[in-house]
Amino acid sequence: MGLKYDRDACTGCMLCPKVCSFGAIEKDGDKVKFDLDKCVLCGSCEEVCPVNAIHIERKAVDKSAIADHKDVWVFCETVDGRLRSVALELVSKGRQLADDLGENLVAILIGHGVEEHANTLIHQGADKVMVVDGEVFGTYTTDAFTIAMTSLIAPRKPSIMLFGATNNGRDLAPRVAARLGLGLTADCTGLEIDDERQLVQTRPAFGGNVMAEILSPYKRPQMATVRPNVFKPTEQDTSRAGEIERVEISISPVQIRTQVLETVTEAIEGMKSVEEADIIVCSGRGIKDPANLDLPRQLADLLDAAVGGSRPIVDLGWLPPSQQVGQSGRTVCPKLYFALGISGAIQHLAGMSSSDIIVAINKDPDAPIFEIADFGIVGDLFDVVPEIIKEIERVLSER
Amino acid sequence: MVNIIVPVKQVPEVTEVRINEETGTLIREGVQSILNPFDEFAVEAAVQIKEKLVEKHGDAYDGKVTIMTMGPPMAREALLKALAMGGDEAVHLTDSAFAGADTWTTAFTLSEQIKKMDFDMIICGKQAIDGDTAQVGPELAELLGIPQICYVRHLELSDDEKHVIAHRETDEGYEVIKAKLPLLITATKGINEPRLPNIMGIMKAKSKPFTEVNAETLGTDPSLLGLNGSPTQVRRIFPPERKKGGVKIEAEDPKEVAKKLVEFLAQKGAI
Repeated sequence: MGLKYDRDACTGCMLCPKVCSFGAIEKDGDKVKFDLDKCVLCGSCEEVCPVNAIHIERKAVDKSAIADHKDVWVFCETVDGRLRSVALELVSKGRQLADDLGENLVAILIGHGVEEHANTLIHQGADKVMVVDGEVFGTYTTDAFTIAMTSLIAPRKPSIMLFGATNNGRDLAPRVAARLGLGLTADCTGLEIDDERQLVQTRPAFGGNVMAEILSPYKRPQMATVRPNVFKPTEQDTSRAGEIERVEISISPVQIRTQVLETVTEAIEGMKSVEEADIIVCSGRGIKDPANLDLPRQLADLLDAAVGGSRPIVDLGWLPPSQQVGQSGRTVCPKLYFALGISGAIQHLAGMSSSDIIVAINKDPDAPIFEIADFGIVGDLFDVVPEIIKEIERVLSER
Repeated sequence: MVNIIVPVKQVPEVTEVRINEETGTLIREGVQSILNPFDEFAVEAAVQIKEKLVEKHGDAYDGKVTIMTMGPPMAREALLKALAMGGDEAVHLTDSAFAGADTWTTAFTLSEQIKKMDFDMIICGKQAIDGDTAQVGPELAELLGIPQICYVRHLELSDDEKHVIAHRETDEGYEVIKAKLPLLITATKGINEPRLPNIMGIMKAKSKPFTEVNAETLGTDPSLLGLNGSPTQVRRIFPPERKKGGVKIEAEDPKEVAKKLVEFLAQKGAI
């Protein structure tokens, strides 16, 4: 197994080194050679080779092992009894995938006193909601939720299982995948059904420098975590009907090996989550002093936006880590993103470059943020932002 | 005595990775390979625990910090750096049979080796900056049958050395979690400030115990390793659509520029 290269068949056309994203193919005389330490066996070279001199040997898919799995399942996370917005995004995307497959969409709701959300999920597009309710599920623990999820999945055999890529989703999904011996694709930004009814999972890698399409051909369900704020929720249809099934899952306290002593909310009173907001006002080093954060806060209040920060100002403790946008913070894709005094290091761009509209205000005309800004303003944010606030107030008052 | 294993990964410095605009491929020339930054937090956390225990019990304390990786021969550099930071010994899983492993298979291969070792705690970095999956840690915990606490930014070992108290980052803030050893932690920013290895550390690292393990010495069914064992498959890799910049204007008159911006946003339906 692995990569097989037929040097005799190779014509030395040099197409394959050009498509290798990993620099694993080099010219070797009039042919090529492969550096298998760099190769990730992605198959890009196999695809372009005109004479089939490259072959990646893969396991055969046992169709009978996957044939009896059907339906698309989505895990709908709640926090403090409230449904997370990513749950609605997953139901909307899941609906589309289920329609493409001609199968049902099942929403999974686990918590304590969360059944009230079942109808919302049906209105959003679920055919069925499975509710696991119990005191033991009131606070998220890896063990309780893993037991619940695996007990639901194993006998009912869904074909696709999606989780939101939140901190809890990314804690739970790999645990479930490992227990059931399944593949799992992290932090997807694209999901589609191909001609062979497989789930094509697209995700960024290398800090957003490349995109990869991943398949889980051999086993079912195909599992993925999905980045919040990528798929937009559809309109809810309050006339939609669906089934609600309550499933009892009993767990004894000894099965839960982590004890949550305290839950601390760091978000400042009234501060919106950057991951869930439609508009984000994000500040960087250019804000100069924590007292100056009043200015972005004013703009944010006006637009019902979240206040975010780049890594340097979060490291300085001017904003809590929950508000940090970027590779080592949160990934966001709001409809509108204000970058105030942010130069635009690649780690920051990796966390926000898929925002619909980016407005950048920076003194330095060469700041990299301007390369991706839809509307860039070269100037002092302390001069410009107050004027923007006044202008927005004026426009809103005229509506 | 607390034995700690720290699984690490050598990664390309992704901030230096650039795309060749013509061919759409990654330019890896001149891109350095580094110890994954999140793994530095993990190494530091393990070394700090050990240092505290040495202080408490004296030089007779013999708990070890073992650094481990699965990767090509050059990944040895990452192990040496972690040893220079204070790790006691290293295990390098290296074999072409391990190539093409996805997260499940990586966790499985690591677990096959770890099952042969003594450990009380495993500390991983939250995620590797090349794949950004954050999956190998929890998958490894499950395969070893131990609990996990992910995204830990504060870690304390109890006085009886049998429990940890950890602050686990959540989307809203953090949770204070208590759990009994053995367990797996994934470390994130804030847990500590990783030390820079000094000359002495770098010198010493070269003479610390270093074990290489290949597929044969691991003794695992080869059909469960590398690409063969992986339940997922990369079908295609392609460059992302790059967002192109739009207008850029000098704010000579802040009032005027604010007006233009708000017009633009209203036109786009953004406000």
